[in-house]
Amino acid sequence: MAKITIEDLKKIKERVHAETALRDGRLRVKVTVHMGTCGIASGAKEVMDALLREIEEAGVTDVAVTTSGCMGLCSREPLVTVEVVNQEPIKYEYMNPNKMRQVFKRHILEGEIQVPFVLARGAETQR
Amino acid sequence: MRELALHILDIAENSTRAGARRIEMGMEEDREADLLTLEISDDGVGMDPETMSKALDPFYTTKKVRRVGLGLPMLAQAAERTGGRLTLVSEPGRGTQLKVSFGLTHLDRQPLGDLPGVIATLIAGNPDIAFTYRHRRGDRVFELKTEELKRELGDVPINHIEVLKYIRQSVKDGLHDIASEA
Repeated sequence: MAKITIEDLKKIKERVHAETALRDGRLRVKVTVHMGTCGIASGAKEVMDALLREIEEAGVTDVAVTTSGCMGLCSREPLVTVEVVNQEPIKYEYMNPNKMRQVFKRHILEGEIQVPFVLARGAETQR
Repeated sequence: MRELALHILDIAENSTRAGARRIEMGMEEDREADLLTLEISDDGVGMDPETMSKALDPFYTTKKVRRVGLGLPMLAQAAERTGGRLTLVSEPGRGTQLKVSFGLTHLDRQPLGDLPGVIATLIAGNPDIAFTYRHRRGDRVFELKTEELKRELGDVPINHIEVLKYIRQSVKDGLHDIASEA
């Protein structure tokens, strides 16, 4: 395998161990980037790139990132769901890298929901 | 979709939703035959012959939330306009193998695009799945196996941001090392 050396991975391991020793290891926020065909075609991967970069730059370790499939609202993609522990999930619509950076800084880090981008509050339930 | 990497992301996400635990992705650049071949195989639930016969129909989908299924048809179209083709082999309980070929130097072939970002996205969203990516160009090969990385990482999660950053860079370096033209 090119250039991934055991030494490099060991260094990462040491760094991660050192940082987890300083906190309790619990996650505070889960961010889901909807990654169906519709999401990908409208820029979900670029939204994911922006999110990962923000997490990296902010150095936060209590934000989990995941992907999901299409939920049927293809025309409003890219969609991103932000779930802060003990709060109802917020679904953001028509996301792009700039909006993602704003949601990361204002909502995920500071707790202020970015109302102009919100599609819905709450979990998806079928009635 | 304008990049092959995004098609790879789309197809691999299909595999994850088919319950796959292992997803292997292989790319081969054959300059003599002027072919670029992509193979993706998974150990998901697979498809019965009837489902498979409709898989390339854009107005067929297994989803209940919408009435079109464009992922595979768009990839087939991207291949066909470069003189290539898409084939599927699948059986219930035995996973799915997709093979798609493109004219390597055809003007209409989509560029590979941001493959490092796609691999990082797949691993970030699906840390429990064993991914393999193998890219061959002549006798040069780049290979990334998440199982090998996990062995070295021990209790550090593979979707840790530091690891993802590292994976992204190593895929970028790997493709550079084999002088990929895709």
